[in-house]
Amino acid sequence: MRILALALLLLASPALADSQMPDAQWANTQLPDPQQERAAKALMEKVRCLVCQGQSVADSDSDLAGDMRSLIRTRIAAGEKPDTIKAWLIERYGKWISYDPPMSGITAPLWIMPLLLLVLGAWLARGRFRKRKSG
Amino acid sequence: MTAELGLILLLIAAALAALQFGLGAISLRNPQAGGHASIKPVAVLQGIAVALSFLCLIWVFLETDLSVKLVAANSHPDKPLLYKFAGAWGNHEGSMLLWVTVLGIAGGAVALFEKRLKVTSLTATLAAQAAISIGFYAFLLFASNPFERLNPAPETGQGLNPLLQDPGLAFHPPTLYFGYVGMSVAFSFAVGALITREVGPTFARAMRPWVLIAWIFLTLGIVAGSYWAYYELGWGGWWFWDPVENASLMPWLATTALLHSVTVLATRDGLRAWTVMLAVVAFSMSMVGTFLVRSGILTSVHAFAVDPKRGAFILALLALYIGGALTLFGLRIGTVREGNRFDPLSREGALVANNLLLSAILGIVMVGTLYPLIAESLTGEKLSVGPPYFNATTGPLALILVAVMAAGPVLRWRRDEWSAMARRLALPILFGAAALLAVVLSAPGIGILPLLGLVLAIGVGAASLAPLWKRNLRRTPLFTWGMVISHLGVAISMAGMASESAFTKETLTAVTVGETRSVGPWSVTLKEVHPVAGPNWTAMEGAMEARRGSTLIASATQARMFASPPTETNEAAISTVWDGQLYLVLGKHQPDGRWQVRMWWKPFVTLIWLGGILIALGGLLAMIGRLRRELKPKGEAA
Repeated sequence: MRILALALLLLASPALADSQMPDAQWANTQLPDPQQERAAKALMEKVRCLVCQGQSVADSDSDLAGDMRSLIRTRIAAGEKPDTIKAWLIERYGKWISYDPPMSGITAPLWIMPLLLLVLGAWLARGRFRKRKSG
Repeated sequence: MTAELGLILLLIAAALAALQFGLGAISLRNPQAGGHASIKPVAVLQGIAVALSFLCLIWVFLETDLSVKLVAANSHPDKPLLYKFAGAWGNHEGSMLLWVTVLGIAGGAVALFEKRLKVTSLTATLAAQAAISIGFYAFLLFASNPFERLNPAPETGQGLNPLLQDPGLAFHPPTLYFGYVGMSVAFSFAVGALITREVGPTFARAMRPWVLIAWIFLTLGIVAGSYWAYYELGWGGWWFWDPVENASLMPWLATTALLHSVTVLATRDGLRAWTVMLAVVAFSMSMVGTFLVRSGILTSVHAFAVDPKRGAFILALLALYIGGALTLFGLRIGTVREGNRFDPLSREGALVANNLLLSAILGIVMVGTLYPLIAESLTGEKLSVGPPYFNATTGPLALILVAVMAAGPVLRWRRDEWSAMARRLALPILFGAAALLAVVLSAPGIGILPLLGLVLAIGVGAASLAPLWKRNLRRTPLFTWGMVISHLGVAISMAGMASESAFTKETLTAVTVGETRSVGPWSVTLKEVHPVAGPNWTAMEGAMEARRGSTLIASATQARMFASPPTETNEAAISTVWDGQLYLVLGKHQPDGRWQVRMWWKPFVTLIWLGGILIALGGLLAMIGRLRRELKPKGEAA
């Protein structure tokens, strides 16, 4: 239900109503500049399709994902930095939209944990080893 | 009547499981009671009863008996036969019945074939297996009865999710379930060994073939699932770090670690506690996976079951079994001798590194998958953890793991020398260096992970063959071949992943019929678009023609419309050539009359799944090799 509500909210949001893109011009067409397209594509892969189940907007058939792709390409083409667009999206739709959890108090454990696991594992494993006698 | 028969058989199986558990408990307390002899036939009968119950479910699906609620909700008279058949497990209740069926059959198979364990250990193992079954029978009977009737019966059924109407997906879930639930045997062996205090090489050798079987199925299940997502979702992705994919990856990681540590226990009598722990963890991960998928707690491509009550039931079972096993582990592990120690630079040392890295990756995948749930329950804020996180954290560890894999098989047991290792690996290192030079020169600007992936794949591919070096190949044991082929498979699969991520070319465009666009080295023409009709769908089919030099490939892609339930899917046109795949998708018809077309050229992408199949094949060879050696009379084995 929450996803549906979110979808309705998104449909009603002025961002998409305002944007000058009848039929989402850049939804299924690449930007002519390969470098810009690469930047747009990299960002699209990090943006969650809010109405899909576990897909990014880069690989979803839904209309909403198409609108999002178009929005991202339009803004990249206008010279905006991917990070600015991402920040804008997060501000608008919440952290849920970003597949790349930004470093913050709540996500810090997530990023520190891999290192902790390795250290803990090495510490546990050390008991298994025999000291090497020199020579 | 078939549905009622199925329910009765299910009740009988549940009663037999209770009997099996009771017999086991009694004979462990009182060895003179004679329960040891009768527990085996009970386990076999339980397996047969639950298998027959599952056959009843398949039967009602085949005849589309719409008075059965499950059939009405998930099937349709017009559905092709294969999907009526597969529909039996393409839903919550049916897949849970398949789950306990595999559990019961696995228990029966242990009772029939296991000859190496001491009789008390075998009894404890079968009792543990029955204990797991009882919980899941209760779940089926109280919370998810697959045979429930519907009165009055509806005129027609609701159909199966069209995304699931695909031959690959018809057999993907059972394959994974054989792997998931096969691990229950390892779990029961571990519990049995803890109860009877028999943690040693005999236990390890007895458990190993079961672990191998489960691992082969898990590997094949994941490979099939990945290929299904690749061709069915229509965007060329082959791994999404979707929670349900992670749910299948976690038991695989734990089982892969177990497979390696069990070798240390069987050969060198080391890593006793750790191996038992891994056996518990591996099956726990299978149950966690089942919980994640079946409870619908995570929203994902696969979440076709959403019911919190059932989730709570599975969660309670999970807590009971994992908690119980860990408590037993805590109580008994003090009495398990530590086992032999070894030098850090040794075969054992490399296997410990393997276990450490696999466990770390497992931890990352698990925490990353569950983190959004934890964060939301703590702060109320919804987070997403997706591919950028998983790639950045598991990628480097996987590369180190693969590098260790190159060294492990050429190291000696107990103790080795750095210089000796370097000598044995000189040739692979040379190969890797040559690959580094070649890639950097031919593809400047390649990302660091794909670059390292390609270089390591070449080096490790060469190193994986090193154990065969200077050996008489015909006298090399089959399990050594198994290891070599599995490791080679890892290198090949990694080469495919690195190549796909570094060299894929994408073209998204809109064309009129007859127009040509290029993608990578290919010129692709949309020749014509015409409607076609299938058994339960209609489609617009785009005939495509792709040309590269003198090579000409014709293929067809469809945009399909299903009526029940109303859904649209894309059938990609995937053409395989020796150096990769051309992936073409027909999209929507635009108001301006042009057709949207998505095109990808993916060099060597096929190696991803080819490598995966080799990994499983290596497992099969290892299993046959081990069984052959162990079934031989003692005198010959030397």
